[in-house]
Amino acid sequence: MSELYDIVASSAFWIAVLRIATPLIFGTLGVLLCERAGVLNLGIEGIMVAGAFTGWLAVFQGADLWTGVLVAAMVGALLGLVHASLTVWLGVSQHVSGLGLTLLAASLAAYAYRVSFPTVSSPPTIEAFAPLEALSAVPLIGPALGAQTAMTILALMLVPIVGWTLQRTPAGLAVRMAGENPAAVEAQGLSVLAVRTSAVMAGSALMGVAGAFLTLSAFNAFFFNMVNGRGWICVALVVFASWRPGKALLGALLFAAFDALQLRLQQSSGLLPVTLPYQLYLMLPYLLSIVALVVMARRAAYPQALMKPYRKGER
Amino acid sequence: MRLEARSASSRMAQLLAPFAAVLITLLVCALLVAWAGAPVGRTYALLFEGAFGSRFALSETLTRATPLVLTGLAAAVAFRAGFYNIGAEGQLYVGALAAVAVGAQGGSLEALPPTLRFVLMMLAGAAAGALMLAGPALLKIRFGVDEVVTTLLLNFIALLFVSMMLDGPMKDPLAMGWPQSAALDPQLELSRLMARSRVHSGLLLACVLALAIWIVERFTTFGFALRAVGANARAAAFAGLPVARTLILGALLSGALAGLAGVGEVAGRTSYLTLDMSPGYGYSGIVIAMLAGLNPLGVILAAIFVASVLVGADSMSRAVGVPNYLADVIVATSLLAILVAGLFTRYRIRWSSR
Repeated sequence: MSELYDIVASSAFWIAVLRIATPLIFGTLGVLLCERAGVLNLGIEGIMVAGAFTGWLAVFQGADLWTGVLVAAMVGALLGLVHASLTVWLGVSQHVSGLGLTLLAASLAAYAYRVSFPTVSSPPTIEAFAPLEALSAVPLIGPALGAQTAMTILALMLVPIVGWTLQRTPAGLAVRMAGENPAAVEAQGLSVLAVRTSAVMAGSALMGVAGAFLTLSAFNAFFFNMVNGRGWICVALVVFASWRPGKALLGALLFAAFDALQLRLQQSSGLLPVTLPYQLYLMLPYLLSIVALVVMARRAAYPQALMKPYRKGER
Repeated sequence: MRLEARSASSRMAQLLAPFAAVLITLLVCALLVAWAGAPVGRTYALLFEGAFGSRFALSETLTRATPLVLTGLAAAVAFRAGFYNIGAEGQLYVGALAAVAVGAQGGSLEALPPTLRFVLMMLAGAAAGALMLAGPALLKIRFGVDEVVTTLLLNFIALLFVSMMLDGPMKDPLAMGWPQSAALDPQLELSRLMARSRVHSGLLLACVLALAIWIVERFTTFGFALRAVGANARAAAFAGLPVARTLILGALLSGALAGLAGVGEVAGRTSYLTLDMSPGYGYSGIVIAMLAGLNPLGVILAAIFVASVLVGADSMSRAVGVPNYLADVIVATSLLAILVAGLFTRYRIRWSSR
């Protein structure tokens, strides 16, 4: 038990937690924005791949890192517009449209990668974000914070910003109304379709940034399969967080803590009495997501109009 | 601009929708071909030739279509019941794993007569796939947990489980450290349908199953319940239909079909299980089901279309240097296109505001 304590008390552990949590925070906030407006966006997995690729490509071709993040956000917003056109304007199945978008965005990224780099054997690299060592001076959490990049700080700052925008601004109210009672939006003289489209585009932009974190901060190159289900985990985390940004942060950190712990346990074999196959450890994040879904399912207060297309004058 | 429901959706429009979707897809993807610097017409001609142009090409397309018919059916049955099974990829792998567990050389069941063992192998594969979907189905019914997310996550868990088994207890000791299972007993392999090709009797099995499911959906009370629950679960419950039981049975059937796709691949094509056996057949099954309008017989045609794109792209890629990922882009685009095309069979656009 004391060894377990040593792990959790080490700054290396918390460095890993924040690093694992960052793309989940971006992604979860993105899913949350879409769903609060009433739109399920299963395109996240593919949008993250597209964001990872395009952000990295921009930097590889000479843009600076923040421009890369911006490119990823814009590509995400564009893919979000595709999803919104299909689901919000035409009202097709949000499940199937999202999956189609994931398949499309992921395969487009793979295609574009191969067209751009037909012959490379090992992935080309870029100069990724550097850690903000100045933050090590912060008391208590400094050691963990100082090893992070500016993108992690951005993710942490976005949580209160998204929360405040949703709860305290007219735009946020419109988004929440679109997800709970779209007819009320119409009664205010606003367009449900426009509100939902904007929310989906903003959320998808965040998903693109989540992907860009992988290529511009966590690693310095683009690999196929690098997103590896993180998008789906974000969808589960939003249910776990009851559609609240603060709880989403908590969920992402909790989840990342488990993930960091399994990585540690995998490496230090002496901790557990038996040696388990490494695949069991890798299963843990996905199993945890399912458990989180089940635990919260009874209390889940889904946005009332989630997955319900809105057509003016139709009931 | 607004959408207006059509009073009746014409049979003709429904039949034409998938062809319109494919046409739109090919037009959109032509831009990508041009971007890669290849002549569009020649690229598509090569793609077609690579899929249908020779006896060999045709046989490869049919071989590839075999698992796709089954995963397409898996998606079609589940979607018909309003149950979004996105886990066919994982179910396919556990089905293949179960088949190997029963049928591998040197297994404990070797003493059994081959016919019995063959039947056991098929049943084990189907049961493994079905069992994997039992969890998400129960969670949906009991707790209202969205089955899309659970089945998606289970894909990763299933693949890791298969990887664990191929690294551990089911690893072929003769495979030089490569994670692969022992080979299937040759007596259990599916017979060849065409000489000098890889087309195997799994294709027949898949087509027979498609016909059987079409008959079940059309002419039995279970089929009626399946369609009613999928169309409107609350109305079905109000009418006294057993909604939960129908959903569970539909889900089990769907999982079993995906499991059989895995058995077919092992017993008909590869004869042993590796982790790269399926290049996303489970996900392609969703596209196939949608292209087919969830019609089990349409699934056969849609599966041949998707298989031809995958096979044709490989040889096209070798000839003109367009990445074969074009195939995945075509498949994905056709899913979005059929969604839109299907919508316009039910709605029309009114440009005036009133």
